[in-house]
Amino acid sequence: MQVDVKVNGAPESHDVEPRTLLVHYLRDHCGLTGTNVGCDSSSCGACTVHLDGEAVKSCTIFAVQVDGRSVTTIEGMAAADGTMHPMQEAFHTNHGLQCGYCTPGMVMAATSLLEEIPDATEAQVREGLEGNLCRCTGYHNIVKSVLACAKGSEK
Amino acid sequence: MIPVAFDYRRASSARHALELLTEHGDEAKLIAGGHSLVPLMKFRLATPSVLVDIGRLDDLSYVRESGGHLRIGALTRHFDVEHDPLVASQCGLLAEAASKVGDPQVRHRGTIGGSAAHGDPASDIPSALIALRATMVISGLDGDREVQADDFFIGFLETAVSETELLTEIRIPKVPDAGWSFQKFNRRAQDWAIVGASVLVDGDDVGIGLVNMDNRPVRASSVEDAVRAGADAAAASAHAADDRDAPSDLNANAEFRAHLARVLVRRGLEAAGRS
Ligand SMILES: Cc1cc2nc3c(=O)[nH]c(=O)nc-3n(C[C@H](O)[C@H](O)[C@H](O)COP(=O)(O)OP(=O)(O)OC[C@H]3O[C@@H](n4cnc5c(N)ncnc54)[C@H](O)[C@@H]3O)c2cc1C
Ligand code: FES
Ligand code: FES
Repeated sequence: MQVDVKVNGAPESHDVEPRTLLVHYLRDHCGLTGTNVGCDSSSCGACTVHLDGEAVKSCTIFAVQVDGRSVTTIEGMAAADGTMHPMQEAFHTNHGLQCGYCTPGMVMAATSLLEEIPDATEAQVREGLEGNLCRCTGYHNIVKSVLACAKGSEK
Repeated sequence: MIPVAFDYRRASSARHALELLTEHGDEAKLIAGGHSLVPLMKFRLATPSVLVDIGRLDDLSYVRESGGHLRIGALTRHFDVEHDPLVASQCGLLAEAASKVGDPQVRHRGTIGGSAAHGDPASDIPSALIALRATMVISGLDGDREVQADDFFIGFLETAVSETELLTEIRIPKVPDAGWSFQKFNRRAQDWAIVGASVLVDGDDVGIGLVNMDNRPVRASSVEDAVRAGADAAAASAHAADDRDAPSDLNANAEFRAHLARVLVRRGLEAAGRS
């Protein structure tokens, strides 16, 4: 089936089987390998992307389901000139990653969270990231990174 | 994990979905948010040969006031139920239950109708629908029929919706002044409930739905009867596991689940204002 998706603002069109998951459409057909597969069973959030601006798990969606819609991946977060998105910058500054495997998903989930709750508190950040697992950091610096981007935080 | 290959058909209207279901019979399966079905397909526990996608039926995503009821479209996502001001003010219990489903990513995709039609005893939403005495509107090519929540959940992953029907709407009596509490016991963030309880206290009346206490979402009728007969929360909640066939699994055996049900129902009743 021909599946057309606007990915990071650019039109993509690929002939894929209906059973192709969105994460495989992005990685194997669009060549965007920033989105990781962790658990492959809807639990870890490593595969999180934005669908029309909202965080979703791309391992739990068939690409055909999003035909005609807009997807943003981690590759679409930095500006055209390479300037990092403030959330990426905050992860960098606050050492919000170690191995980095969970990071693309964390950044996508965190930006979606602050879109919905711009002045999120620490408790709201911790709860808002419950769909994303990190095996390295102990979460402390991830939460710190997200809070640094929340409205009302001292930059 | 890759599901078995299937044909994909996108429904352009509820009627089109019903026609596709009739055309393909038991080969076909509806997909709404896909957040119960896609994991099952990836594990190859579900192997439909035709998927009928109702995820684009935006006219089935709504919350409306209609006399003494709220009418909620089956395709309304958990996220939208959680944040809808009418749901919050008229049946806060449902908003709270929706806010506890999985994680934000799951709530951006999963729908109230999918949660109900899946008929999973471990699911949060059905317990609230039972406590709130919801009416389920089921549509077929011959028209609509209404089924009470108590008669909707028939068995394990089995509901009153037949293979050629669609759950289109859920009607919930408005209870703006009722006390309520949603109790969910789990060990880790994002997890399903090991046991859960939806408790509604509306004047002298009470409604209690249980999560994961039988092969289907169930009502705690013995507790409700005890409350109506004047028992306090401690005495009434002792009946929370009466006549229940609770599952045993790696998280909890049936005996521990019975204990949890009694504790959660007591806490729920007290939090809802019935001590
Ligand atoms: C990681 C994860 C964690 C989760 N945690 C929880 C949790 O804590 N609590 C909880 O309650 N749920 C949880 N869920 C499940 C979630 O609530 C699902 O969204 C919901 O159970 C199903 O809704 P859906 O729209 O995704 O349905 P789908 O997966 O699309 O469909 C489910 C079933 O219902 C049928 N169906 C769907 N819509 C209709 C309709 N309108 N009429 C007739 N049949 C229909 C389908 O054919 C299918 O058989 C979790 C899911 C995931 C992936
Ligand atoms: S890979 Fe999608 S949630 Fe883990
Ligand atoms: S940094 Fe390694 S999993 Fe999060």
